[in-house]
Amino acid sequence: MNLADGFRSREVTAPLVAEIARCLERPVRIMEVCGTHTMSIFRHGIRSLLPEGITLLSGPGCPVCVTPIRHIDAFLAAADLDRVTVATFGDLIRVPGSTRSLACARAQGAQVEIVYSPMDALALAQRQPERIVLFPAIGFETTAPTIAATILAAERLDIANFVVIEANKTMPAALDALMSDPQLKVDGLLCPGHVSAIIGSEAYRPLAERSRLACAVAGFEPADILAGLLSLVRQINEGEPGVENCYTRAVTAAGNGRALDLIDRVFEPADSEWRGLGTIAGSGLRLRERYRRFDGIARLGLDVQPAQEPKGCRCGEILKGRMLPPDCPLYGKACTPLRPVGPCMVSNEGTCAAYYRYIGVAQERV
Amino acid sequence: MDTFISLDHGSGGLASQNLIGNLFLKYLTCPQLRDLEDCAVLGEYSGRIALSTDSYVVDPLFFPGGDIGCLAVHGTINDLAMRGARPLALSLALIIEEGFSLHSLEKVIASVAAASEAAGVAVVTGDTKVVPRGKADGLFINTTGIGLASHRHDISGKKAQPGDAVILSGTLGDHGITIMSRQAGIDIGGDIASDTRPLHRLVGALLENDAGEVHVLRDPTRGGLATTLCEIAAASGVDIAIEEERLPIRPAVGTACELIGLDPLYLANEGKCIVVCDRDRAEEILQIIRRLPEGRDGALIGWVGESRTGGRVSLTTGIGGSRLLEPLAGQPLPRIC
Repeated sequence: MNLADGFRSREVTAPLVAEIARCLERPVRIMEVCGTHTMSIFRHGIRSLLPEGITLLSGPGCPVCVTPIRHIDAFLAAADLDRVTVATFGDLIRVPGSTRSLACARAQGAQVEIVYSPMDALALAQRQPERIVLFPAIGFETTAPTIAATILAAERLDIANFVVIEANKTMPAALDALMSDPQLKVDGLLCPGHVSAIIGSEAYRPLAERSRLACAVAGFEPADILAGLLSLVRQINEGEPGVENCYTRAVTAAGNGRALDLIDRVFEPADSEWRGLGTIAGSGLRLRERYRRFDGIARLGLDVQPAQEPKGCRCGEILKGRMLPPDCPLYGKACTPLRPVGPCMVSNEGTCAAYYRYIGVAQERV
Repeated sequence: MDTFISLDHGSGGLASQNLIGNLFLKYLTCPQLRDLEDCAVLGEYSGRIALSTDSYVVDPLFFPGGDIGCLAVHGTINDLAMRGARPLALSLALIIEEGFSLHSLEKVIASVAAASEAAGVAVVTGDTKVVPRGKADGLFINTTGIGLASHRHDISGKKAQPGDAVILSGTLGDHGITIMSRQAGIDIGGDIASDTRPLHRLVGALLENDAGEVHVLRDPTRGGLATTLCEIAAASGVDIAIEEERLPIRPAVGTACELIGLDPLYLANEGKCIVVCDRDRAEEILQIIRRLPEGRDGALIGWVGESRTGGRVSLTTGIGGSRLLEPLAGQPLPRIC
């Protein structure tokens, strides 16, 4: 039996669905922050089971989607250099930069490889000593520890031809900035399970208290998500929003100390530009002085210029939960998964891609 | 004895002749092929001729459950079978990169021969080209198959009708996950292997007593079950509804998909077929399928309905939710986390 089976059985989920419907007293707006939540909600058809009063908004938790165009352009500029191999997570490969994507660059002769882990990129650097292997360091607190561990390994093994472009982001400061937007009326936050496994459920406490926002940390199986939604509905009803950890099999209050320590050894907090959200203080990671030699931008002398968003693209509004994909004029017309204009359509975890792929007959209400 | 392929092997001269005589004909023994004529002349047949061609560029060339050789035989046999045709003969064309290992080539040809013999469909003609190093990726194979489609049946992707049952002949995603995990360098272990196998006997058994109740046969190869069902729904102008709980998926495949971030509904299969048939005979047809080794995990997975939404495919999820299945866009990519 698959470990996940118990969390996917109707015997477990049906009572949760019924309880959510029973508890819901007024319409609520809930943001699921994480792209993996968005995907799972669509994949299991959870929207079609929820009462009408629950509106789910997708947040800025798709790492590819929040990576600004100028960073994509930097990855492309690196790929164009003769001696550089770009070794990247698969998600990134079709994301268009200002003029093209890494997939286009590869078709035109650039060395672009898909890896499953930054350690694979380091191994590639060992196998290709005559080339520089660049790893685009995207993602949240979930990918940052392995990237940090890879940089430490590169230092230990004295591998000089491995570099990263630091584009990692961290969640709490970004959520803080997002929730202070007066236009965004959110009653509850379904907090990301993977990120929370690293940073711990208590990381949301200040946000919950300051914004009087119900927070529930949830895993990614249907029963996990429904339990998280039920917790949020109950908290909202009771008028006592706080933080409830509904994913205790993976998440502790304080998080994963070892992973946090790895991040802290290699990176320091920095301001970071988020696509659609702008620059948010303290929401990114920068290599510490000791590890600056792994910075690909400096090492390769890349010139990273600000870039324009594609005309008509509303990914920014969608990432902020202000707009739903079908409201974007490009959605399903100029922008489809085959020819994505914006990142929300290209990434597997992007809100627009999820809408496009999964919105069913029974799910026209969103 | 050479240990690798050189451009000489594709020159048409003595080296080519040696390769053909010492390697190809050692395994491929059909008389028409041995004659080394410019083309094979088959016997006299009456019926409608079915013709299909497919090229194989799989990477890696050897994988658990098979290799590019048997895949090239099975794939083309299956394409013929999916129109209800009985495969008669195959052609085999190789494009080999200079420097390719002769030992590997011999393994591939032995596999082609074994697959063709086991299927009872001979390779009757062939061709070999060698291209300079860097101009191909080791070995590419093309096979073309010729078959006879009976007058009694008109199997086509356009024939699904409202009320029909949708049967899948076995588990989903085995081939796709095997290849993708190898490409990713992830050894998932367990019992994951490609499902590559010929389906013409299964189709023969289905059609033996068929009086027009089998409407559509399709093998969900690239793009997987979801994409193939979308094609059937669009071609037939019907809606199709399938149920997640009914889908046969090996636990190891399911787990591997979770791990890499792939959806088994979109992974390639090389030994499975979708059967859309009259509802009244569905149970009997399923029993015929399940009695055969290639169909032992067969299952009824859904139903065809009137087109209310313009030829769409929907899935009832394990928890009772509903979602739409869209055709695969681009290539399946693993997720970041």
